[in-house]
Amino acid sequence: MTALGTDGTRDAPPSMSGRRSLATALVPALTVAVSLLALCLLWNLAASVWPSRAFPGPAQVWQVLLREAANGDLFYHLGVTLGRVAAAYIVAMIIGSVIGVLLGSYRRVDRFFNPWVILFLNIPALVVIVLGYIWFGLNEAAAIGAVAVNKIPNVVVTMREGARTLDPSYAEMATVYRFGRLDRIRHILLPQLQPYLAAASRSGISLIWKIVLVVELLGRSNGVGFQIHLYFQLFDVAAILAYTLAFVAVMLFIELLLVQPVERHATRWRRRPA
Amino acid sequence: MQPVGAVVPLKVDIAEKTFRSARGVSITALQDLSFEVRQGEFACLLGPSGCGKTTTLRILLGLDKDFSGSFQLPQGGSNRIAAVFQEPTLLPWRTVEQNVRLALPKSLRAKNLDGLFDTLGLAGMRSLYPAELSLGLARRAALARAFATEPAVLFLDEPFVSLDEQTAERLRHLLLTVWSARPTTALMVTHNLREALMLSDRIIVLAPRPTHVLGVFDVRLPRQHRNSQVMSDLLRSFHHRFPDVT
Repeated sequence: MTALGTDGTRDAPPSMSGRRSLATALVPALTVAVSLLALCLLWNLAASVWPSRAFPGPAQVWQVLLREAANGDLFYHLGVTLGRVAAAYIVAMIIGSVIGVLLGSYRRVDRFFNPWVILFLNIPALVVIVLGYIWFGLNEAAAIGAVAVNKIPNVVVTMREGARTLDPSYAEMATVYRFGRLDRIRHILLPQLQPYLAAASRSGISLIWKIVLVVELLGRSNGVGFQIHLYFQLFDVAAILAYTLAFVAVMLFIELLLVQPVERHATRWRRRPA
Repeated sequence: MQPVGAVVPLKVDIAEKTFRSARGVSITALQDLSFEVRQGEFACLLGPSGCGKTTTLRILLGLDKDFSGSFQLPQGGSNRIAAVFQEPTLLPWRTVEQNVRLALPKSLRAKNLDGLFDTLGLAGMRSLYPAELSLGLARRAALARAFATEPAVLFLDEPFVSLDEQTAERLRHLLLTVWSARPTTALMVTHNLREALMLSDRIIVLAPRPTHVLGVFDVRLPRQHRNSQVMSDLLRSFHHRFPDVT
């Protein structure tokens, strides 16, 4: 029935459909705003019912946020953490995709390496981080490498499934018409893997930023994780929440302004679902 | 127009092609299959369904290397091969024009394709994605891709299957138009006798499994003279020579 409704707008006079499409664009945004506002109110209510230093209300958190933003600390630590997230994400996606596609394409290789994948999937993040710092020292490369190693097995598993769904007829067409290696990757392989890349990215970024915080807590002297550790020792819950929410907001903007537009562009050839 | 460059004919001499099933049973698909297509000639491989026509084509396209025997592709000129597959096999994530251009070698990527798109009736559809095309139009795009590469030899694998007869007939005429503009050595696989008689200079009739050549039927009459009267004469003489082939 909804399908009929959206089709109907196409036949309506232009002014009508314009107004209606504006309304349909606004309704989801409004819903999100109202929903977040309700959560804040609930939080505020709870904080005033149980007043405690360990449970500050939204107003207090907001004030800490403004203070940290004013003295520049907030943006510095957000920036550092974001840089680590980006670096670990890129390393994990590239290495994980290459390994995943290889395992998905060659069954014998997959049979041999599958136990390794399962092993790495189940090594706790904390162990990888601690070993990384012990073996490679308390440095940036060890930190980013440890995060990437935590994420790579997930990417491998997703991309392996993707490689198994590759349609051989496109590869045969490319062979007959003598596509170059780069053209094959860009026009045959990546577009077919796009849904799997998107899935690995989506689950990847949120996992990575959580692990980056642990890495920062254990062995770095800046970043959101370091700040949270600092305020944990000071028992300053308002500051912990301020940093957490600020970074969540950053990730939300990345999702809205980067991930979704890229995905829309990559799937422009698909017919819009009715 | 002059046929471009090709001087060596298409020569096929496949001794044997065997498939091994998962249970270890081997099936001989092709045995002593040999034929020749002269340069600049349009030939059809005619045979019943499942008789190994597509297998033969896959060997010639270099997609199946597990066989004994040899073949020789026309040399000279571009040395390129082109294929129109049973399915259009267009990349769904690229537009019609990008699909055609991607198949071209780097030096020809920017060439003018207006004439080809016009002839095939695709002029207004260059920026559409394959999902927005009907099957008939997608097949035209696949033809455009094959002809755009100016190949030394063209392989077609039942390119008009699963179209309604009217659309298929239109496409056959379009194929003849673009082919006549630049006669290329071509080998088409089909199980449709009428189609073969209408399009080809020579029909290579195949026997069922293990496939070998039953005989060759040459159609020497120019295509523009093959009206319905002539076609039924051709059909009769074909049936006279190959009474078992339908």
